[in-house]
Amino acid sequence: MKLAHWMYAGPAHIGTLRVASSFKNVHAIMHAPLGDDYFNVMRSMLERERNFTPATASIVDRHVLARGSKKRVVDNILRKDKEEGPNLIILTPTCTSSILQEDLKNFVDRASIISDCNVIFADVDHYQVNEIQAADRTLEQVVRYYLEKSHRQETLDQFVTDAPSVNIIGILTLGFHNRHDCRELRRLLKDLDIRINQIIPEGGSVEDPKNLPKARFNLIPYREVGLMTAMYLNKEFGMPYVSTTPMGAVDMAACIRQIKKYLDTLAAPILSSKRVDYESYIDGQTRFVSQAAWFSRSIDCQNFTGKETVVFGDATHAASITKILAREMGIRVSCTGTYCKHDAEWFKEQIKDFCDEIIITDDHAEVGDIIARVEPSAIFGTQMERHIGKRLEIPCGVISAPAHIQNFSLGYRPFLGYEGTNQIADPVYNSFALGMEDHLLEIFCGHDTKEIMTKSLSTDMSLIWNPESRLELNKIPRFVRDEVERNTEKFARRKGILN
Amino acid sequence: MSAKIDETITFECETGNYHTFCPISCVSWLYQKIEDSFFLVVGTKTCGYFLQNALGVMIFAEPRYAMAELEEGDISAHLNDYEELKTLCIRIRKDRDPSVIIWIGTCTTEIIKMDLEGMAPKLEYEIGVPILVARANGLDYAFTQGEDTVLAVMAHRCPEQEFPIGESKETITKTNLFPFPLLKEKKLVEYANHPPLVIFGSLPSNLVSQLDTELRRQFIKVSGWLPAQRYADLPSLGDGVYVCGVNPFLGRTATTLIRRKKCELIVAPFPIGPDGTRAWIEKICPVFGMETQSLEEREERVWESLKDYLYLVRGKSVFFMGDNLLEISLARFLIRCGMIVYEIGIPYMDKRYQAAELALLQDTCIRMCIPIPRIVEKPDNSNQI
Repeated sequence: MKLAHWMYAGPAHIGTLRVASSFKNVHAIMHAPLGDDYFNVMRSMLERERNFTPATASIVDRHVLARGSKKRVVDNILRKDKEEGPNLIILTPTCTSSILQEDLKNFVDRASIISDCNVIFADVDHYQVNEIQAADRTLEQVVRYYLEKSHRQETLDQFVTDAPSVNIIGILTLGFHNRHDCRELRRLLKDLDIRINQIIPEGGSVEDPKNLPKARFNLIPYREVGLMTAMYLNKEFGMPYVSTTPMGAVDMAACIRQIKKYLDTLAAPILSSKRVDYESYIDGQTRFVSQAAWFSRSIDCQNFTGKETVVFGDATHAASITKILAREMGIRVSCTGTYCKHDAEWFKEQIKDFCDEIIITDDHAEVGDIIARVEPSAIFGTQMERHIGKRLEIPCGVISAPAHIQNFSLGYRPFLGYEGTNQIADPVYNSFALGMEDHLLEIFCGHDTKEIMTKSLSTDMSLIWNPESRLELNKIPRFVRDEVERNTEKFARRKGILN
Repeated sequence: MSAKIDETITFECETGNYHTFCPISCVSWLYQKIEDSFFLVVGTKTCGYFLQNALGVMIFAEPRYAMAELEEGDISAHLNDYEELKTLCIRIRKDRDPSVIIWIGTCTTEIIKMDLEGMAPKLEYEIGVPILVARANGLDYAFTQGEDTVLAVMAHRCPEQEFPIGESKETITKTNLFPFPLLKEKKLVEYANHPPLVIFGSLPSNLVSQLDTELRRQFIKVSGWLPAQRYADLPSLGDGVYVCGVNPFLGRTATTLIRRKKCELIVAPFPIGPDGTRAWIEKICPVFGMETQSLEEREERVWESLKDYLYLVRGKSVFFMGDNLLEISLARFLIRCGMIVYEIGIPYMDKRYQAAELALLQDTCIRMCIPIPRIVEKPDNSNQI
């Protein structure tokens, strides 16, 4: 048993549900008791999407405990099949399923005999994997299912496209800035004259996976979700994949060069008339389109050279941000870390030259202790680190999931691509600058002195509050209390009540 | 009026395939209400992640809540759960020093049949902090019923009401309340002589004050609330104590108070809406031999102030899909506002505890000339659609 207040990665079924609800016309059925389907509420609240989340629960209650879930699960699957007509139903187990140990796979097989749509059982154990690993696994499972099915039905089209093409794998619902990143990647690939074959799972149909092998290579923007799928496609179809995250000017260049390398080696005749000169593209974008590179050399940004930070987040974002801060902005990263323990080796390899200390943990208290010890000028982490920062009065920018609604912005804010370099430079700069602002204000004693003067002149006749009323007033939350006090006094004066 | 109106209430029960929140959500408001409590939810990552999202920003304020997260060793009974819980509780006592630790049982503890009720008294004795066990799991309960299970358990810890023999009739008489020459207050609070009244249900403290004041206007003194702001201030209960609920989902608490604590339950409609509040007070007063004063005018004034909103909703219709057991009261209020209610879905219908509310619903429908809506317990979303 563990005493826990906060977790960075959610439970496994959330990962599966994220994959399921990213696809179009896929319905997820959770095998869960009442209340476990809060994913619906989370998704509509955070993604602010208008469409209804296609996830329902096959309720586990006392009846089910006594008699077993089979009938209800199969009935629910068949019913959803008829009502919604999805292409695919994914039966998602939860922690309850892992304990009950019923043969859910068997129920799925039974249902798929009768149903029109396909039915898959998401094979993830709640106690073994977390949200991120489950998402990765479920995506691979869906892709594998459809590719194997196509193969059996001999509808698999393995002829690679003539023109350069790519699949983007790993854009997911509730992913950190995923939607915006996807748009930026589209722009980038268009500039490089590379056609996009498929983007999965976000917005993709399950008819799409069978076309995946047509692309020349796969692009995996985030390590956490998509890597398993890429490795499967590599093994089965020999498709190469690029998993260098295109975040930050240096890694952007590396990513683009890697793409070029694959396209050159696959040396098919290039029918497009436009030959893109990758090197000059990289040069142009880095020096002129992205503002971040020249800004980081300007005197404003130079003020931060040598300032200390702490970085924490998922493996992809924590590693990339560390490298950007150290390599591109001259900021010293005292400590960097990730909660993706299963990816620790890769993480350490990536950032070993760019920081003083490394921490691999999913215990937020440990992270808090390190921040308190190091006392950096700014923190770059998840929402938990933002609150640690608030407590310790250190400014913090949010650069990774887990996130709140403000990180699912309605406005366009990618982290990847050349626009991403600008979007990252802004919060980095602001975090340091605002932090310094607070110090300056403290040194020069406080805010507008005018306000203080007006406050003391507000009442010529002071009202008497008796103890009972004071007690009532103290029940009002502090942040509105003053206003309520003033309004009450105004009301009292108007009515001629003075004590 | 010659229109034919269906005057009987029909109840139906469906399969329970609907959506609501898990009952452990009650932690999010109860830990704020009971200021010296600590809530320990014994469950899995699923429960923890839900509360993390439900509590939102509050989770960062180091709330008096934590998860005892069950890991694989706990499930397969390799670890001694008593020792595990003891370690956690000792740490809680050290960090937070609560007056009470409340263990919340979840679906997982139900399924693996963890004996929380067996372990709690022993551990309480060992570490010297009261430990209550409330089973708020999604297998048996829905959403607000979490509060019901916690209050039902808390009721057992309320001290016994002491009635000194022969003195109960002499406690406070009107003559004692006349001011001494030294007292400066112009307005005196007068209470009638009546047996103790305890109100149960968790409400924000400003609402508690308002209801206390309403009853005070009728010369009725509320001797305590369950839950109280502090665990140490739990009200006294026992034979001769009258209890009345404010929340419609507290059926089990009511039963516990009647059966175990031998209290007298005042069955009233719930103080939701001006009509409900008036009916609630009107049910309490006669029990203590009091006549109500000026309630009708107050209700009228409230309706008057709502005029603009009533205009917007009059004649429009509502369908309750069911998730929080407040549906009967809300439907009754909206019907009184002039709306039409087609169907009321509700997770669980306690006909005895909600008897007065159901009667008021019926009366309101007749008064507003609207057919009485169907009441569907454990609704099925597909049927509803």
